[in-house]
Amino acid sequence: MGEQRLDGNAAAGLLAEIFTLEITTARAACVRCGAAREIGSQMAYVSEIGTVVRCATCDNALIRVARQDDGPQRYWLDLKGIEYLQLEERL
Amino acid sequence: MAGVRRKLAWRIGEVLETSPDTPRTKSLILEVPGWEGHRAGQHVDVRLTAEDGYQAQRSYSIASAPENGRVELLVERLDDGEVSPYLTDELRAGDNLELRGPIGGWFAWDASEGGPLLLVAGGSGIAPLMAMIRHRKAAGSDTPVRLLFSSRSYEDVIFREELERLAAEDETLEITHTLTRSAPPGWKGYHRRIDEEMLGEVAFSLGEMPLAFVCGPTPLVEAVATDLVKLGHEPARVKTERFGPTGG
Repeated sequence: MGEQRLDGNAAAGLLAEIFTLEITTARAACVRCGAAREIGSQMAYVSEIGTVVRCATCDNALIRVARQDDGPQRYWLDLKGIEYLQLEERL
Repeated sequence: MAGVRRKLAWRIGEVLETSPDTPRTKSLILEVPGWEGHRAGQHVDVRLTAEDGYQAQRSYSIASAPENGRVELLVERLDDGEVSPYLTDELRAGDNLELRGPIGGWFAWDASEGGPLLLVAGGSGIAPLMAMIRHRKAAGSDTPVRLLFSSRSYEDVIFREELERLAAEDETLEITHTLTRSAPPGWKGYHRRIDEEMLGEVAFSLGEMPLAFVCGPTPLVEAVATDLVKLGHEPARVKTERFGPTGG
């Protein structure tokens, strides 16, 4: 399976291994263009080695996440494309 | 504690029933012990593990209504897929399937959110939209819904009989089909890919502030979302879920 261009929703499973609050409705502001949108409406590039969430406005890499599966699971999470991430408790 | 949830965990569901919908798709009805319910539009991850430990994972939308209590997955068989041929050809009632979910709160709809709802599906992209249609009925909602559903041929229309039945008994549910490859003799519906003109004819007027959900193969989703925005729909009210060129 090569890399697939999908919606931010497609990153939800992997990110939910890390975040306990709902990530697809969390709002991420891009450090490059400033656009703040819900993760579900951003773009996700999903491959076997990891997922990159890109800004739907300017294509900047917002979130890069990779997981190592052999042995205890280990995650690499790069959030430097995000100015802030606003997560909300769902009541 | 409200709002605090446990880490998303893998669990085992039992296949209660498998039923072919069309020549290329099958519905899997699962009983998942401890399932805490889902919202219409959410998906699950399914994981298969080979004897040598190799694992393959795919996402499938939940097609059943939250009120149903069971988890129905719609699987399209992709001939060169790693996962879908096993799910459609090998899996039997009584077998176990490893999954986790529900996942994704963004591409989801609760009857309390109202509408009107414009649903646009390509092929197996009907799955999460079917959950919304079923949820709307189960919740007794009268939110007007229009479904524009693109299929290759009449035989490939997934959930065809149930959709016909639902639309026949409910005048606020309007279903429009378009067939992209072959159409049966005497077919009076659309017979082409979804385009801006078709969307303009089917969609609610902008003044009604419709909420749109679009799900299907990536090219269809991107074309439909672009056309809806061109027609004046507010981008924030057009939610998309791409299946990708391969799903496996």
